[in-house]
Parts: sequence; C-alpha cells; structure tokens
Amino acid sequence: MQAKTVIEFERVNKWYKDFHALKNINLSIHAGERVVICGPSGSGKSTLIRCINSLETFQSGRLKVLGQNLVDDSRTVQFIRQSVGMVFQQFNLFPHLSVLENLTLAPIWVEKVSKAQATTRALEQLERVHIADQAAKYPQQLSGGQQQRVAIARSLCLRPQIMLFDEPTSALDPEMVGEVLGVMSDLANQGMTMVCVTHEMGFAKAVADRVVFMDQGEIVEENTPHEFFNNPQILRTQAFLAQVIKSN
Amino acid sequence: MGDVNLNTSGVTPSSLGNALINPQKTSLKAQFSFKSLWISSLFGSPLKALSTFLVIAIFIWLLPPLFNWAFVHAVFSADPQACQEARGIGACWGVIREKYSMILWGRYPYADHWRAQLSTVLLSLLLLKSTLRQEGLRRIFIEWSTVLGLIYILMSGHLGPFEFLRATVIVPIIGKPFPVVPSDLWGGLPLTLILSVVCIVIASPLAVLLALGRTSSMPLFNVVCKIYIELFRGVPLISVLFMASYMFPLLLPNGYSPDVLIRVVLGISLFAAAYLAEIVRAGLQALPKGQLDAANSLGLGYWQAQYLVVLPQALRVVIPGLVNSFIGIFKDTSLITIVSLYELTGSLTLALNGDPLWRAFKLEGYFFITFIYFIFCFSMSRYSLWLERRLNHSL
Repeated sequence: MQAKTVIEFERVNKWYKDFHALKNINLSIHAGERVVICGPSGSGKSTLIRCINSLETFQSGRLKVLGQNLVDDSRTVQFIRQSVGMVFQQFNLFPHLSVLENLTLAPIWVEKVSKAQATTRALEQLERVHIADQAAKYPQQLSGGQQQRVAIARSLCLRPQIMLFDEPTSALDPEMVGEVLGVMSDLANQGMTMVCVTHEMGFAKAVADRVVFMDQGEIVEENTPHEFFNNPQILRTQAFLAQVIKSN
Repeated sequence: MGDVNLNTSGVTPSSLGNALINPQKTSLKAQFSFKSLWISSLFGSPLKALSTFLVIAIFIWLLPPLFNWAFVHAVFSADPQACQEARGIGACWGVIREKYSMILWGRYPYADHWRAQLSTVLLSLLLLKSTLRQEGLRRIFIEWSTVLGLIYILMSGHLGPFEFLRATVIVPIIGKPFPVVPSDLWGGLPLTLILSVVCIVIASPLAVLLALGRTSSMPLFNVVCKIYIELFRGVPLISVLFMASYMFPLLLPNGYSPDVLIRVVLGISLFAAAYLAEIVRAGLQALPKGQLDAANSLGLGYWQAQYLVVLPQALRVVIPGLVNSFIGIFKDTSLITIVSLYELTGSLTLALNGDPLWRAFKLEGYFFITFIYFIFCFSMSRYSLWLERRLNHSL
C-alpha cells in the first residue's frame, strides 16, 4: 500500500537560541496513517508537531506538508493551516464567543463561506463529536472533556486533511479522558491522517499505525505498536516504557 | 463562646426569617445580621473604636460649618452687594446666576449661544445612545460621523461646498443669521466635550496600533513605537500643547498655519495615544498564548486574529484602565488655556477675572464647574463598571 506522503521531515534541525530542540529529524507520514509520538517531557514532541502547521519555524532541513515545501512564506503557511487542524492541551477555545461562534469563525473569515453554510457545517461537526446541544453555550460553561470535543469540532470545520493533537487529554480529569479518546478513535476510523502527541498508551496500542519515541530532540525509535511495546530495541525506549508501565 | 467567626456568607433572607420565627433554633451563623457586622467592624476592637470616633469627630468639626457656609448663610441672588457683605460667612451662589452663561459657553457670541447649547446636547445624546445600545461598527461609524459633522457645522458656521444654502435655506428656517464663528471663540462646556470626545476617538485606534507595534516581533515597528511612547510620556502635556501650538507652524511651508484647534487636537491626541497604548499593551500581554496559537492554526491572518480574537479579549480586560485614562483626558483639556483657548475651566477664569464686582467669588465658580466635571467623570466611571459587568456575563 503506497499511500501518498503527506508529511515529510528531512534532516530538520531547530534551535531555541543555543538549545538544540530538534536534532536531525527524519520522518515520513502517509495519508490515512495514525502516528503517535511519545517520550519524556522536553524531548521536542510538541515542537515537532508544531512545525507541521508552522506554529514553530526551524533553521535547517526541509519540511514538506501536503506536497508544499514549508517555508516562511505567509501564503504557503495560510494554505497549509487550512488543511491541517490542531487540537491543544489547553483547548484554547475563544472565551468571548459561544461554541457555535467558535466553530463558524474560521469558515466565515478564512474560507469566506456564508454564515448559513458555516452554521450548518458547524452543527454537523458538533453532532460528530456528540455535543450539538451545547451550541449556544460559552466555553466556560462546559466541562473540560466537552471543551476539548468542541475544540476538535472547531478544527474539523475547516475540513482538514491532517489532524494534529498536542497532548489532548493531559489537562483533563480522568473520567473525561475516555470521551475525548473515543472521538479521536472515531476520527481515526473515518480515515483521517492523525499525528498525536500523547501519554495515553492504551490509545496508542488501539489506534496507532506507528509509534514514534522521541528523547532529547531526536527520534530514537519508531515501530508498529505491537513491536514497539513488546520489542523495544533501543535502551532508552526500554527505560521509558518501564517508567510508563510502572506509573500505570 | 470561643472564637467567633464573622462569616456572614451563611446569612440568607430565609435564614434571617427563620431567626425571627424560631430564635432558639437558629444557627450561630444566622445570628450575625448585617447590623451586628457593622457594629463589630466599627467598634470591635479598641483601635477600631478609636479610629471610628476620630473620623466622627472630624466630620462633626467640618460638616456643620461647611453646611452653614454653603446653604444657611449663602446668598442666592445675583446681588454683588449682599455677596460682599456675606464674604467669609456664606457662599455667593449669585455669581453663578450672574455668570453661568459666560462660564458655560465661553467667548462664543451671545446671539449664537443656541448653537453651542445645541451642540452640547447633541453630543451628550450621542454619547448616551452609544453607551446604552450595542450596535454594529458600521452603524456606529455612520452615527458618529453624522453627529460630529453636524456639530462642526453648528459650532463653526462653515458650510464648505454648501455655502449657497446659508442665505437661501438656513437663515430663513432658523430666523436668525448664521455667521461663521472662528474656533478661538469656541469655549466653555461645548469645547471641553468636543475636544475630549474627538481626542479620545483619534487616540484610541492609534493607541491600539502603537500597542500592536510595540509587541510586534519586527524590530522596526517595535523600536519606532517604543520611541514614540517614551517620547510622549516623558514630557508634560503642557509642553506638548505649547509645541504643537507655537512650534508646529514653524515646521510647515510658509504662511500655512492650521487652525489652533486642530493643533490642539493633534497635540492632545498624540499625547493620550501614548498612555492608552501602554494600557492596551498590558491587556495584550494578559492574553493566554494559546489564543494566538489557536487563531493561527485556524488559518487566521494577523489582522483577522487581532480583530476577532486578541483585541476583544485584551480590551475587555483593561476597561478599567482605559476609562481611567479617558477621565484623565477629559480633565486634561483644561490645560489648553496655555494656548489661549478657553474651555470650561478657562472660561471661568475669563468670566470672573475681568469683572471686579465678582472677582472675589472664584471659589463658588470652581464649585460650579467641579460639579459639572464630576457629573461627566462619574458617569464615565459608572459606565465602565456597567460595561465590565455586562461583558463578564459572557466571559
């Protein structure tokens, strides 16, 4: 199965002043693939996926997203951002707008669709994440799990081809983690290309096509979930997994 | 009884009612009524009791004489003789009666006072309307430019391209002549209001731009805005007005000297923008970084993100600071006396200094204009509180 390569990191390096945040990243992700990136904190996982929609820039190497070479040109960046959705750990919903307004904002202002069309689309996506009845509420009136689902719906309103998740459940109470992971699994089953930074190993085992382990800015190991969890090759991966299992 | 916790959060109307019906069954919390809270706050400890008595003593010492002076022994008629006799004993409110016209309308020609009065009323109504109802930007823009344009025509008498209407339409309709009134004759309350409103309207968007530039990552904008802000904050408003009024014409091509009022508006606006910019910047910095991340990841452009996401939140957070500045600007307009323009404070000086009969009663005059300033400033601060409360319902 030779699916199209939608994301391609080629010898990407990033420095924050003197700190080498990303070291020689080489990673290819294909259409419809679900990739989970894990690793200790400070390993550069968030930085990596934030490069994909240009929320972070890099100093050397090449990054191709959906066939476009990602440079600091605002036109390319705008185009990419309309096809790459992102969900954040802190939800980042707009508190001064209602749920519905949160969702219709981008379609109206970026894609220039009419308000009616945007509303229809928004309600569809809210339905998809099972939260359509909360459309008139404001984000502060919702629970964490509900807010995250709204955030997912908001990204889906632009009909992206790739969805990025930056530790989507890390800020949630345990009882709400399940509902968000459920929505993400649904998305995966519908064929969405997903790159997910998470500590939820159960989710990785169940949904991921590939697990990537990062440590100190470099990709240490990547494999299928089965191989990754049962047969970790590198010492650092083994140490990390031992830690994870211990804390579970 | 041990340590008594003065926690009145347990007091509800029902618990108080319960206390009345079943005094024995009430809880300890319900026994602490509003009244007992006051008494314990004022007299609870020796130190509190002492300071309470001190404050009461000061009030007893100050208030009766003040009341006597202001009301009991005061002269209310416009009689300079009676006022002189009552000096030191009673206030001379007669000076207001005699001079209110000049204090309120300044040097504006007497026959055309109706134009100044109408302008004041129109502007006040516009402000009231804008603060009460929330309307779209376009509607606000149309309303404001219409009213401000109308006020300009009323106050100045300039008709521009419609000069031909003056003799043919306007004079017959209003029944009296409609002469041009040069801007250095504008004065009093209308001048204070118009100046404040126009300067705030110009300074606010400029302040937002400055704040955005100041927080921008592009060094050019950053440095230019930083210099501007520090420059205008580093000098007193008086010197800005002085320079705007006397030095500005020197810089322009020969002979061209813009209206003194325009120079003053420019000076105050540029000055105010620097202060407002720092307040807006504080609001920008209070914004969680994730908001910009979300806006960017949705594909919003820079200006879209500012308009839709950043500014609505940033400005809401600093409403108290902004209104504080607006109140300051309103009162700072009194400095334009230095360039021979006489707004409310200046016209008081003008009204009383030149008249030997009433010159001694400046204090009463100041009470009068203080009262007017207070009405406007207090309205602004109440509005600010109301706005915060209303916006917090959705935030």
